[in-house]
Amino acid sequence: MKRLRRKVLGSAVVGLSGAAAFSIVAVVIVVMATIVVGGKDTISWEFLSTPPREGMTAGGILPAIVGMALRVLIMSIAGVPVGVITAVYLSEYAGAQSRLARAIRFAVNTLAGVPAIVFGLFGLGFFVQFVGSGMDTLLSDGTDLHWAQPNLLWASLTMALLTLPVVIVSVEEAIKTVPQDLRAASLALGATKWQTIWHVVLPNSLTGILTGGILAVSRGAGEVAPILFTGAAYFLPRLPGSLSDQFMELGYHVYIMATQSTNVDATIGIQYATTLVLLTITFMLNFSAIFLRSRVRSRQMR
Amino acid sequence: MNQTPPVSMNFMREDRKDPAPPSLTGNTGGMSGAGNGNVTGFTTQGLRRRFRWDEFLAEKLITVVAFISLAAIVMIFVFVFREALPIFFQPEKEETAVVESAEEETYGEEYLGEAHRARSEEDREASRAETAGSEGRATLSNLAGTRWQPVSAVPQYGILPLVVGSLKVTLLSILIASPVAILAALFTASFAPRWAKEVLKPAIEILAGFPSVVIGFFALVVLASLLQNLFGYEYRLNAFVGGLAMALAVIPIIYTVAEDALTAVPRYMSEASLALGASKWQTALFVTLPAATPGVFAAVLLGFGRAFGETMIVLMATGNAAMLSLNFLEPVRTMSATIGAEMAEVVFGDTHYTVLFLLGAILFLFTFLLNAAAEVFIRQRLLKRFRGL
Repeated sequence: MKRLRRKVLGSAVVGLSGAAAFSIVAVVIVVMATIVVGGKDTISWEFLSTPPREGMTAGGILPAIVGMALRVLIMSIAGVPVGVITAVYLSEYAGAQSRLARAIRFAVNTLAGVPAIVFGLFGLGFFVQFVGSGMDTLLSDGTDLHWAQPNLLWASLTMALLTLPVVIVSVEEAIKTVPQDLRAASLALGATKWQTIWHVVLPNSLTGILTGGILAVSRGAGEVAPILFTGAAYFLPRLPGSLSDQFMELGYHVYIMATQSTNVDATIGIQYATTLVLLTITFMLNFSAIFLRSRVRSRQMR
Repeated sequence: MNQTPPVSMNFMREDRKDPAPPSLTGNTGGMSGAGNGNVTGFTTQGLRRRFRWDEFLAEKLITVVAFISLAAIVMIFVFVFREALPIFFQPEKEETAVVESAEEETYGEEYLGEAHRARSEEDREASRAETAGSEGRATLSNLAGTRWQPVSAVPQYGILPLVVGSLKVTLLSILIASPVAILAALFTASFAPRWAKEVLKPAIEILAGFPSVVIGFFALVVLASLLQNLFGYEYRLNAFVGGLAMALAVIPIIYTVAEDALTAVPRYMSEASLALGASKWQTALFVTLPAATPGVFAAVLLGFGRAFGETMIVLMATGNAAMLSLNFLEPVRTMSATIGAEMAEVVFGDTHYTVLFLLGAILFLFTFLLNAAAEVFIRQRLLKRFRGL
């Protein structure tokens, strides 16, 4: 009797935890299926290659896609080198007991936990209000507002800060998988520390750097909160021409189409399709990052 | 001479470990030995590191760049708080303005419909009592008020409904997400066969990769109507829908951290339990899970911090009405959503702008403390426990 009870209890524990696990899988499938089914009919080449028309109730999402691509590109140019160098510092130069290294590690962890909206506030307070108006004062006596307003550059730089921890963590992980023997061999041949890093460590952790970059791009592509007031435009049919232009953005487009457009019900197809495009982009980015990372980890196992 | 091999070994190891820049004293004696290729006079001096400008500059440059993330955190702190500070240093001017507003309120409220009359009457009494209660810091009492009406004729900046709103949605999402995520983590760590892990891990990664705006969209367009039809409550968008959607965003975090903690439990613990005759589920429930408690707790804390700061989901799915109530089926407006919705439309530097920055500062501090607490739980409690046994 006691045995039976125990057996029932045991299968209940296993069953319950298994059910929890697979309910997560089910939810993921349901969300993705809903968005694919809702959006697949609207997606066409025309949808992807034309700007919105008729007060955003028709037409495509080209400016939003281009805006996101540009933002992500500038973000990577600014953020990835800083992330890689920080990771090199943490794993190659800093000693385990170094105070500065511990402070930097703490900062990276904290940075990863700061809410996205606070990054937006920082972007507004620092880049737009402080750096931007400083640049205006220097360049044009502060008479006209050129840099001291939300634009592509400030949004991208804000996003670069937001994604910095992602890059640092995955590059550092990759650098750690480079065997000590390789470094020792390089040093033994007379190479200096920097030569060893440049010719041995970095080439061997290229996959990890790539993974970090992709993860950062994917995180940045999906994050909308920081650009709500650092550069995203409600509607702008032309493409951004310079760093000081505002821009349309895919995630922001989803948000305004679903909550603030003039006719939410009539554009439901466009909303689904825009979400599907965004989801597809982040999904592909994540998938390639997972693939690359599994390659890095399998090397670690050997 | 017989000393050289061990010395050279030391040199190599030192070079890897020691982060300190090469000392300038090293090159005074060492130059001739190493540089001129003096083969016969091979001394320990010759093995010393030579000072090189390029190496020195590279190291300094790398250190400076590594400093950026540290500087970023400090600057976020400084700039968010700097914009929020004026609220605490507004002298008499603000005080009189608020006294006026208390007077003005009377006819401002006349325009409201009859249905609201009774309720606003109550609120008015309350806000008057508050203003009278602390005359010196009128702005602060305004902040502690129960009404958030920043763009009305008489602006009210009571952040209480927003704080309560944030807590409501966050608590709800944690209550939904943590049992699911912790059980799933326990399943992966203790019971799951290989194929199940291979399905579960990518699913979690995909869920973690969902942009929050996509989850918000799903909640707004699909989930909200579905739940309303199912339960038949009054408001389509409310704290419950927001909390449920937020749970989707929080599950990956709790799952990942909890699973890390569970798999980090030393094997000898579970093996000892199994050897004593306990079954697999007993081991999981009574040995592995208790051993990993600090880590699981840290996971919940991290999830809490994420949910508290998350913006897009609550902006889209909670209805955004700043009402102070504890009912989970009424619309709420959270702090993050308030910043997200209103910051684009405020005048730089005015009170509304400052109050929004104050909200941001509160968010920042709160998530900072939560993350620090989680760190302590993982670093000290969990790891010490595993090592100490």
